[in-house]
Amino acid sequence: MAVKSKSREQRVERRKQKAESGKFPAFLLPPSVGLSSAPRPSFLKATLAIVKKDLVAEFRSFELISAMLVFSLLIIIIFNFALELDIKTRQTVTAGVLWTTFAFAGTLGLNRSMAVEKDRGCMDGLLLAPVDRSVIYFGKAISNLAFMLIVEAIVLPVYAILYNEVRIFELSFIGVILLGSIGYIAVGTLLSAMSVQTRTRDVLLPILLFPIAIPVLLASVKASGGLLAGLEFSEIVTPLNILIVYDVIFIAVAFMVFDFVVEE
Amino acid sequence: MIEVKKLVKRFGVKTILRGLDFSVKPGEFVALLGPNGSGKTTFLRILASLSKPSLGDVKVAGYHLPKQASQVRAKLGVVSHLPLLYPDLTAEENLQFYARMYGIVDYRSRINEVLDMVGLENRRKDLVRTFSRGMQQRLTIGRAVIHDPEVMLFDEPYTGLDQDASEMLDEVLRSVAAKGRTVVMTSHDLSRAENLATRFDILSRGVITASATQKQLKKTNLLDFYKQALAE
Repeated sequence: MAVKSKSREQRVERRKQKAESGKFPAFLLPPSVGLSSAPRPSFLKATLAIVKKDLVAEFRSFELISAMLVFSLLIIIIFNFALELDIKTRQTVTAGVLWTTFAFAGTLGLNRSMAVEKDRGCMDGLLLAPVDRSVIYFGKAISNLAFMLIVEAIVLPVYAILYNEVRIFELSFIGVILLGSIGYIAVGTLLSAMSVQTRTRDVLLPILLFPIAIPVLLASVKASGGLLAGLEFSEIVTPLNILIVYDVIFIAVAFMVFDFVVEE
Repeated sequence: MIEVKKLVKRFGVKTILRGLDFSVKPGEFVALLGPNGSGKTTFLRILASLSKPSLGDVKVAGYHLPKQASQVRAKLGVVSHLPLLYPDLTAEENLQFYARMYGIVDYRSRINEVLDMVGLENRRKDLVRTFSRGMQQRLTIGRAVIHDPEVMLFDEPYTGLDQDASEMLDEVLRSVAAKGRTVVMTSHDLSRAENLATRFDILSRGVITASATQKQLKKTNLLDFYKQALAE
């Protein structure tokens, strides 16, 4: 037992030394371990500070949400008039139209959210904070997800009226929307941090994002389409599993590579 | 406090810094002068851990860059010609945000101190987008000193400021330096740099070509020294 505890202490000490030299994320150390350098904020507190800052700024200006919302409503109205189909055929395209709307509106929000940081040099301000750089990724991703969910919460009832889809309000359907949005935002936030550093950021983001987001969009369309068609839960397990795996993989990848993405 | 040895920075095939050596003692105020494109901003970005050196050894406040970048950032305050402020937040909210990012526990009293120092106490509840360029720059300095850093880096802090705002900024810079902080400032405004700094380094074509303290400059003026250094 004593040997075990000694080896743990040695392991913690080794990690502490690595954290001091920046080779190990400091937030993964046990809370009792203090680094010899100046006090630094916890991972969670710094992440929440970014989320709060983004939400306060957005609810004051409504620049991002209003653009996403107007764009989404225009798309579904255009689709509504363009696809004058019979009820049965219309039901088969509903999920596709919904996710196309969310994907386009999401791109708009992702671009704007990172552009705000870049244009006034605020990205440098974030990068200068003594926190792990994945804090910036998670902070921006959570606020982007919040904006997308707010837009979805307004668009879905309108959609339900136009396309006569009451199943949209079922808990399982909302769960699919949540999983799909998380996956889309997880990869979108990472790519928007990359594209915002280029002059052609508005064009570059969708070009980079859509091919990589195909698995999450297809799985979301399949799962939502299945739920709207009244299929059994067992029949949509495969796309749901793809969504969960995609979400986990892309959050993990972003956590590992974000430092390199924002590096000059 | 700052030690740089044989620093090289390349962007692709272009070499910006060519084996630069530089050191600053604690409490010194160094003005880094040089023509456009000499590598001043690149050098400051490396010191600020915003850019990685291609070769060479960089040590700030006892920590090596880029390996111990996080520790360096905790001891560093940076002011550039961009405000690094959020226009849709108030002055107080901007400082609160950065205080949280730096893990300051009792940030309310620190914010009061900082707003008092930069003379923006009466505008604390106003949105930053309503501020003039001079007020924004003063708040930017407040943001940079919120965590009481040991080293301050100023990159062209006078850019876009009118005469009144520049004079006000002089006072703020003096009060920042008076706290015993180590300061490195790049500027094209030689007369202001001459009044503020204790040492003047000329950066040209990626290396420090000349260096003089304020005492050594007594015999000549900074403009002559600058011209002479560039002519060599």
